[in-house]
Amino acid sequence: MLLDSLFNGVAIGSVLLVAALGLAIVFGLMGVINLAHGELMMLGAYTTYVTQLIFKLPLLKPYYNAYVIVSIFFAFIVSGVVGILLEKTVIRKLYGSPLETLLATWGVSLILQQFVRSVPLAYGTGLVISLIIGLFLPAVFSSKVKESINFKYVKFSSWIFAALVGVLSGNLISSSVSKLSRASARNVDVTAPAWMRGQVEILGTAFPKTRLMIIIITLISVIAITLFLNQSAWGMRIRAVTQNREMSDCLGISTEKVDILTFGIGSGLAGVAGVAVSLLGSVGPNVGGNYIVGCFMVVVLGGVGNLLGTIFASFGIGIMTDLIGAGRLLSIWPDMPLPLSNTINFFATTSMARVMIFALIVIFLQFKPTGLFPQKGRMVES
Amino acid sequence: MGQLPNLNEFMRISRRILAGLATASLAVSVTSCGGGSDTSGSFDDTVTVGILHSLSGTMAISESTLVDTEKMAIAEINAAGGVTVGGKSYKIDYIVEDGASDWPTFAEKSKKLIDQDGVPVVFGGWTSASRKAMLPVYESKDAFLYYPIQYEAQECSNNIFYTGASPNQQSEPATDFMYKRSPAAGKPFFLVGSDYVFPRTSNTITKEQLKSLGGKVVGEDYLPLGNTEVAPIISKIKQKLAPSGGGVIINTLNGDQNVAFFKQIQDAGITPSNGYYVMNYSIAEEEISTIGPEFLEGHYGAWNYMMSIDTPESKKFAADFKALYGSDRVVADPQESAYNMVYLWKQAVEDAGTFENSAVREALVGQTFDAPQGPVEVMPNHHLAQTVRIGLIKPEGGFEILEETDGVVYPQAWNQFEPSSKGYACDWTDPSKGERYKL
Repeated sequence: MLLDSLFNGVAIGSVLLVAALGLAIVFGLMGVINLAHGELMMLGAYTTYVTQLIFKLPLLKPYYNAYVIVSIFFAFIVSGVVGILLEKTVIRKLYGSPLETLLATWGVSLILQQFVRSVPLAYGTGLVISLIIGLFLPAVFSSKVKESINFKYVKFSSWIFAALVGVLSGNLISSSVSKLSRASARNVDVTAPAWMRGQVEILGTAFPKTRLMIIIITLISVIAITLFLNQSAWGMRIRAVTQNREMSDCLGISTEKVDILTFGIGSGLAGVAGVAVSLLGSVGPNVGGNYIVGCFMVVVLGGVGNLLGTIFASFGIGIMTDLIGAGRLLSIWPDMPLPLSNTINFFATTSMARVMIFALIVIFLQFKPTGLFPQKGRMVES
Repeated sequence: MGQLPNLNEFMRISRRILAGLATASLAVSVTSCGGGSDTSGSFDDTVTVGILHSLSGTMAISESTLVDTEKMAIAEINAAGGVTVGGKSYKIDYIVEDGASDWPTFAEKSKKLIDQDGVPVVFGGWTSASRKAMLPVYESKDAFLYYPIQYEAQECSNNIFYTGASPNQQSEPATDFMYKRSPAAGKPFFLVGSDYVFPRTSNTITKEQLKSLGGKVVGEDYLPLGNTEVAPIISKIKQKLAPSGGGVIINTLNGDQNVAFFKQIQDAGITPSNGYYVMNYSIAEEEISTIGPEFLEGHYGAWNYMMSIDTPESKKFAADFKALYGSDRVVADPQESAYNMVYLWKQAVEDAGTFENSAVREALVGQTFDAPQGPVEVMPNHHLAQTVRIGLIKPEGGFEILEETDGVVYPQAWNQFEPSSKGYACDWTDPSKGERYKL
C-alpha cells in the first residue's frame, strides 16, 4: 500500500522531472524563458513516432523491439539541433531582454505546432536531417581547411549537400512509409513494444512497465547531466559562465559556444522528455503545451539555477498529487474526524488536487520566494 | 555547374514547405467557400443552406467528417432531382462556415448565415458549448439549427432540432446493460470523465439511475481538459474496484485523453480479462481506429448507429461514403445523424410547401425516414425516436452488436432520473405545453 503510493508519486514526479530538466538548464542556468520548450518536447514525441514507423519497415523489422531506445538518441539530436538553430537565429539577439524572449519563443512554439500540422512528417524529417548535416558537416573538416579563406564556400556547399540529402531522405521516407507522406493535424499514437507493456511484480506489488521505463529514462538523464556539468571541462565552463559571464569571457571561455551548447543540451533533454510522454498518451501538435506550465512550476519551486531543487520539487509535487488526488490520507487514517475527511474527499479528484497543489505552491512561495534551494552567491544580474 | 541541380533540389524542398505553410494559412483565413453554384440542368431554382462546423482547431478532426457527410447527403438529394417545393424543383446549394473550435465564433457565423446569406436552415455544431453559444442567436432571430450530436439533453428549444441521442437513448440503456447483463453485472461502478458539462451531467444521471436500480457508485473523477496524467485516477479505480474483483467503468473522457487513459489502464492491469469493463459514450468507429483497437478490445460502446449494422441501408451508407472520400474512411453515429437531418429537412420542406420556418417546423414533427440505423421519427420535442445498440469492441476495430432495442426508443429532453427535471417533458406541437411542462 505505502509502496504503491510511493511508486505512484515517483512515477508522476519523474514525468514532471524529465520534462522540466531541460528547462531547468535553459531557464535555470541561462535565464532564458523558453516558451517553445513544450514544442521541443513535441518534436521528441514525433521523432519517437517516426522512428517507430521506420522500424516497422522490412529491413529493420527484426530490431523493432529496440526502437524506443534508439528513438531516445534520435529525439535528443532532433530537439537539440532545432534548439541550436533557435538559439542561433532568435534567442542570441535577445539575451538580457526576458520579455522579448518570452514573446519570440511563444511565436516559435506556434510556428512549430503549425509546422507539424501542415508539413508531411516525411519531409519534416528530411528537413531535420539536412539541418543536422548542415550544422555539423563544417565541423568535421580539419582546422587547416577551416582557417583557409575559402572556408565560407566549403560551408556553403556543405549546406547544399545537406539540402540534397534532406530532400532525398524525405522522398525516400515518404515513398516507403505511406503514413508519413501526408500532412495531418490528427493525433498519432506511439505503441510501446511488447516487452514494455503490462506489469512486473516487485515485492508483491505490480508496477506498470512503461512507468518504470520513464523512471529509468529520468534517472539516466539526471545522472548524465549531473556528471556532465560537474566532471567534464565543458560542464565546468557552463557553470563558470552561469556564475559570472564577463569574468569567464575575460578568462578566455567562448561564451558564445557555451550558450549554444547549453541551449542545445537543454533542448535535447526536452526531446528525451518527448519520448517519455509519448509512451503515456497520444502524440499531437498540442502535446507540449500540456506540460509547459508544470515545467515552469517545478523549476520555480525548486529554485532557479539549481538542479537538485528541480529534482526535489518534481518528486514533491508527484507525491502530493498522488496523496491528495487519490485520497490516500483517508485510507492511511480511516477514522479521522468527519469535517476533515469531508474536506479531503472534496479535494480527492484530479482537477481539485491540481487546484490544491497550486494553492500550496503559491503559499510556499510567499514565504520562500526563491524556491526550495535558492542559488547562493552572486548572480550576474544582482 | 554541378551545383545547379542541387540548388533546384533545394528550391523544391523550400517550395514544398512554403506550399505547406501557405495551405495552412489559407485553411485559417479562407473561412467560407460556396459549393458549386451551377444552376443549369433541370432545376427551376436554387436554395442555399448553411453548414457550420469547426474546420480548424481542436474539434476540426471530428467536425470535418460531418461536413463531408452533409455534403454527401446534399449531393444525393440533388442527384435525385433536388427539393420540390410548390411544384418547383430546387437544387440545394451550401455555404460552409468555419466555427474554428471557438464557441463565440459559432454564434457570430450563425448571425452571418442567417442575416447576410439568408439561409433557411443551418446544419451545425458538435460540442455542447458551441450549441449553448448558438442557441440565443437562433431563438432571437427565429431561425432553425439542426444539431447532430448525442448530448446531455436538459434543453429543448423551439429553434433547434436535435438528431443525436438524448441520455435515455444512450447512457441509460448502456447503464442498464452494464448493471444487469454484462460480465460485470451487479458489480460496483466507477465514473471517469473530462471536466466539462457533458460528462458531469451525464454522470449525475447515471448516479441517479443506479440508485434506483440498486447499484453502487464507488467513485467518480474528472480530468481537466488537456491533462493526461491519469495515474491518481488509476490508483483510485484499483482501490475502489479491486475488493469486488473488478467492476464497471463509465467513461466520458474527451478526445486524446482517451488514448492516455486506455494505454495506462492496460499497463496497470485494468483489463476485461481481470474483470474491469469500460463502457464508453464518446468512442465510435473513428476513435477506435485512432486510439488503437488493441487497447479497447473487450470494452463496450453504446450508439444508435454502428458501422457493423448488417442491413442494405447501412452498407450502402458506408459504401457511398468510402466511394466518395476514400476506402480508409469510416462512418460513425454522429455522421449518420448528420446524414439523417439533411433528409429530414428536405422531407419537411416538401411537405410544408415552403422554406418558411414556422411552416417547416410544423411539418417536421412526425416525419419518418428509413435511416442507415433503421426507421427514425421526429417527435414533438424536436428530438428523434431511434434505435439504441450496445456494441462490444472487436480486436480488429469496430463493434460487434450485442443488443439492440426492440424498435425505437422515444427521446426525453428532460431527464426522468435527474431530480430537477423529473416529471417534465417538452412538446412544441401544443402551444399550451412548449419547452417544459409537467407531465
